[in-house]
Amino acid sequence: MHKEHAEAFPQRHSHSAGPPLGPAPGRPDGSRRALRIGLGGPVGSGKTATVAALCRTLREEFSLAVVTNDIYTREDAAFLLRAAVLAPERITAVETGACPHTAIRDDISANLEAVEDLERAAAPHGGLDLVLVESGGDNLTATFSRGLVDAQIFVIDVAAGDDIPRKGGPGITTADLLVINKTDLAPYVGCDPAAMAADAKTQRGRLPVVLTSLNSEDGVAPVADWTRTRLEAWQQRETVSQ
Amino acid sequence: MTVAAALLVLTDGRFPAGGHAHSGGAEAAVRAGRVTDSATLEDFCRGRLHTAGLVASGLAAAAAAGVHDPRTLDEAADARTPSPALRRTSRRLGRQLMRAARAAWPSPALDALAAARPQGAHQPVVLGLVVAAAGLTPQDGAYAAAYESVSGPATAAVRLLALDPFEATAVIARLAPDMDGVAGEAAEAVRGGVDALPAASAPLLEVTAEQHAAWPVRLFAS
Ligand SMILES: Nc1nc2c(ncn2[C@@H]2O[C@H](COP(=O)(O)OP(=O)(O)OP(=O)(O)O)[C@@H](O)[C@H]2O)c(=O)[nH]1
Ligand SMILES: [Mg+2]
Repeated sequence: MHKEHAEAFPQRHSHSAGPPLGPAPGRPDGSRRALRIGLGGPVGSGKTATVAALCRTLREEFSLAVVTNDIYTREDAAFLLRAAVLAPERITAVETGACPHTAIRDDISANLEAVEDLERAAAPHGGLDLVLVESGGDNLTATFSRGLVDAQIFVIDVAAGDDIPRKGGPGITTADLLVINKTDLAPYVGCDPAAMAADAKTQRGRLPVVLTSLNSEDGVAPVADWTRTRLEAWQQRETVSQ
Repeated sequence: MTVAAALLVLTDGRFPAGGHAHSGGAEAAVRAGRVTDSATLEDFCRGRLHTAGLVASGLAAAAAAGVHDPRTLDEAADARTPSPALRRTSRRLGRQLMRAARAAWPSPALDALAAARPQGAHQPVVLGLVVAAAGLTPQDGAYAAAYESVSGPATAAVRLLALDPFEATAVIARLAPDMDGVAGEAAEAVRGGVDALPAASAPLLEVTAEQHAAWPVRLFAS
């Protein structure tokens, strides 16, 4: 059922008008395309809140854009537009036909077009450094195709129960960063975030786990720091390969 | 040697060309109460097959035959698609199909059309070129378009109505003779000029596509 596209679809860096295996549109000098980071996780865990907070924290340092994948509305995009975290032309909503995991994993064509359109539109204005792709809330097995994003963040929250990290699933075990959000609610739902983090670490080997409470001042800092590190590594790599 | 297996690859519902996010008008028909069960789904699909499906089938067969400039066929598709929302949908799906097809069956003809229409050519025109790139025949192109015109709404109806998936599949199977007829008619029409290609229309599909595009909350993109 789930085909592996990483090898079969080498065009991830190309756009439909370009040469078959050409570079993605990026900086005017063609030197780099933006780093693409996916955010997935169960419904209501705080993906959109994380995207909004990341935009607020990073937008002075980097040139950003966001793609949302809503299940049946444009709520996530509308929220980000209302919150004015980025200029409206930097936010695109992809419709997924009731199947968010299909749009981020099995058939990524609509998301790739959205990302590339954002890059093309931003190219005359200095290009983009980072594109955040939010998946609509889905189940624990929903992960992004490597053909769509360079790295992925999986967001869960303490209120959904402290046995989730132990249950595992591809999102929990393989995401490049696991975020356990809403730690401010832990006392009210009777769960221990530290124990959740420890369970998650058992599942994930050396992959990082961070705890966040987006309600608190600068609560997104651990995710922003991780993102900054990834971006710096990406830009260094791109510079070297010029 | 006949090439046929490529047609199975191309028309597989898992072929990653964006179709999963579209209902082919089924969502609007369900909301309006016109499609409620497998019998009404069959009526809907039959209607779509003999109108929009026949037009797409003719365009795909003509593009696969390679006798006309694809850009001329793209204009012919515009002329046969009054609704701006449906034109946008068709071009978006054409662009997504182009991406998947250039990975599966790289060809200079696909590259040329992608360069001429960076925002996407009409999906049936792209489909015809893909069919040719895959070594298939114009008749195969007609079949692919006819099949897609009913498989899309039937799959969407399963999600929209929680319809029994066996019944939905049976609907598609019962329409097979109609698909044979439509594909045959479309392939035959390719012998005439561009103006002789089928130009049937389904006004209700056009009208409801415009309405659907304005809904604030919906499951499918079209
Ligand atoms: N108490 C608390 N609430 C939070 C936190 N983060 C997010 N929320 C709230 O949780 C609710 C859901 O957050 P969203 O960011 O919309 O969640 P999401 O994962 O994007 O949800 P879907 O896109 O619908 O799957 C909102 O009401 C947020 O304000 C947090 O750290 N603590
Ligand atoms: Mg959200």
